Amino acid sequence: MTATLSKVDRGRAQEARPRPPRRYRLSNADAKYSPYLFVAPFFVLFGTIGLFPLLYTAYVSLFDWEIGDDDPPFVGLENYRTLFTDDQFWNALFNTFSIFLLSSAPQIVVAVLIAALLNANLRARTGWRMGVLLPYVASLVALTIIFGNLFGPQYGLVNDVLGLLGIDPIDWQASTFGSHVAIASMVNWRWTGYNALIILAAMQAIPRDVYEAALVDGASALRRFFSITLPMLKPTLIFVIVTSTIGGLQIFTEPKLFEPSGGSGGGTEHQYQTVVLYLYQSAFQGFDLGYASAIAWVLFLVVIAVAGLNFFLTRRAVK
Amino acid sequence: MRHRWISVLICAATTAAATAACGSGGAANQTADGKTELTIATFNEFGYEELFKEYEAAHPDIKITQRKTGQGQPHHQNLFTKLGAGSGLADIEGVEEGYLSQFMSKAGQFNDLKEIGPKVEDDRWLKWKTEAITTKDGKLMGYGTDIGPLAMCYRKDLFEKAGLPSDPEGVKALFTSWDAYFAAGDQFIAKVPGVAWFDSAAQVYNAMHNQLETGYYDKSDKLVVDTNADIKKNWNTVTAAVAKGQSARLGAFSNEWNTGFKLGKFATKTCPSWMLGVVESQAGPENKGLWAVTDAFPNGGGNWGGSYLTVPKQSKNAQKAAELAAWLTAPEQQIKAFKAKGTFPSQNKALDAPELLEQTNAYFGDVKAGALFATQAKKIKAAQYKGPADGQIQETVFSPALQSVEQGKNADEAWKTAVEGAQKAAK
Repeated sequence: MTATLSKVDRGRAQEARPRPPRRYRLSNADAKYSPYLFVAPFFVLFGTIGLFPLLYTAYVSLFDWEIGDDDPPFVGLENYRTLFTDDQFWNALFNTFSIFLLSSAPQIVVAVLIAALLNANLRARTGWRMGVLLPYVASLVALTIIFGNLFGPQYGLVNDVLGLLGIDPIDWQASTFGSHVAIASMVNWRWTGYNALIILAAMQAIPRDVYEAALVDGASALRRFFSITLPMLKPTLIFVIVTSTIGGLQIFTEPKLFEPSGGSGGGTEHQYQTVVLYLYQSAFQGFDLGYASAIAWVLFLVVIAVAGLNFFLTRRAVK
Repeated sequence: MRHRWISVLICAATTAAATAACGSGGAANQTADGKTELTIATFNEFGYEELFKEYEAAHPDIKITQRKTGQGQPHHQNLFTKLGAGSGLADIEGVEEGYLSQFMSKAGQFNDLKEIGPKVEDDRWLKWKTEAITTKDGKLMGYGTDIGPLAMCYRKDLFEKAGLPSDPEGVKALFTSWDAYFAAGDQFIAKVPGVAWFDSAAQVYNAMHNQLETGYYDKSDKLVVDTNADIKKNWNTVTAAVAKGQSARLGAFSNEWNTGFKLGKFATKTCPSWMLGVVESQAGPENKGLWAVTDAFPNGGGNWGGSYLTVPKQSKNAQKAAELAAWLTAPEQQIKAFKAKGTFPSQNKALDAPELLEQTNAYFGDVKAGALFATQAKKIKAAQYKGPADGQIQETVFSPALQSVEQGKNADEAWKTAVEGAQKAAK
């Protein structure tokens, strides 16, 4: 009996339903499609000001396109071929990675430590937390100009202080490593506090009972930090590392304004010319848009690759 | 349910509006009351504000709109970008001398003012000023506005300390030739330790370079940087002076350069007319009366800076724009601009105007600066031919290479880098 019944039911379900009245159909369509319409502005905007320039850059990179050319000649992958044999590009890539490592690596370690300190029971807690964010609030350009002064080779404060300690003055403009340290210190100054606050927010979301259980089991403070805090921070750390990778590899303002004459060469011998700075120089001093577009695309792929690599490394390292 | 439909419609409407928002672009040449609107794009201070009012009063059918950019670099970047885009330029565009080589390589996109402009007397401008903006086939691509004739600025007190003559007449012997200049430098640094002879190698080298008959390019646009012996000779002279310690190693216009002025770290400075204001503001009131300027410059004269007014082919009112540009660059008007903002005129008649000849500079000990620079302007013989990447070679190749020598790099290696850099830039 039951079998028959269920068979009947199945048959009914397969029957064509009568067309619902018009107003229901409209309301169904509304429920189905209007969410897409609501999010559409973002995608339309992204398409016109995000995706289109991205693809158009790829298109431009296939031409020997000097600014102002009426019909630039198509050269295929020639720009990319030149790029891979261009010493200045490899030098720029090296500088970018060097500055990136000198800034991001210490920055994240210090940010986690600061977050741990801020997470402790402090007096005037909000004051401290706002304090670490202050460098982020200050104008980047103003900051860079001030740091440029501090790191002045002849009359800079940093060299004066080094002199007091009996260390010979360093030519922050001429030395490759010196200039990278100077630029990385600007990045660190600005971003460490910001990252510390993000990590702090994640730390506070860690349930207290986990710590309590560890405490009962007799885990030391260090053990609790490495076995509970760090693993629980993983998603946030991934976010912080990936965003700082993307930002770090596209560094531009700091090296641009570190050059005393305001040029785009990144030092007299490109000691601190980063990839984006080289891109800018190619496009707006050399007026070679095709080549600049090729640089942009190679950088884009490098950023994706490194961000992806960091994503996997972080996921594996912090368990 | 009905209100939800309304919200969907509104949403769709806003989306459409957002995407269509970049519509209106075309140049509106007519104002509402039927006047012709002329736009003019300038940078820094051309000193034209009052002149526009005067012109509008005399030409009731014209309305002038000025697009003013603070600095030269963004202005020219905008100029060349919009030239590439094919629209968006003003009817009249200012072009600075430093960007002239780039401009001339795009001359085809600008109007020949001999063709569309009103009749202008042939000898309105200094000969070299007009030469520099005339194409090989004789087209006039711009009207000269101002110039920056070079003289020599020096610190009187430091010269006295070194036992060198320090009065404006006596000092001229030190500035007759570059050899005399660098020889005096040797003498100076031996007597006054801790103070250099000049501020930066590139500043001296560029002035020397621009005096050469042939520069980085020959007249057929062939790069001759490695075959032109004069270039190498200048390079050797300047880098030798650097090796002896004559340079303060301060990149021009950097913060450290400003500090160098304050602390009096160098004794001479190649000084175009507009540099007097820079020296005054950087050296500050505490050094007033210590700086002096004389109407002498090694090997004659030179020019650094100054601009032109050009009319792009994009302009829909090219003829009227050329008329305005011709009027603005007439001697009578440029003298007014000189009085307003101190732009040094490039017109022969303006250089003889009493207003200019009587102008003095209090910071430099009440020297008759106007007459002094007018003398210097007339010493310039010819404009050096500038090839397509000339400006870029000077700014991004040779100047940094000289700075690298100042930072301690071997001069021969730096020369190789500079030649390779020039070849790459000219590619």
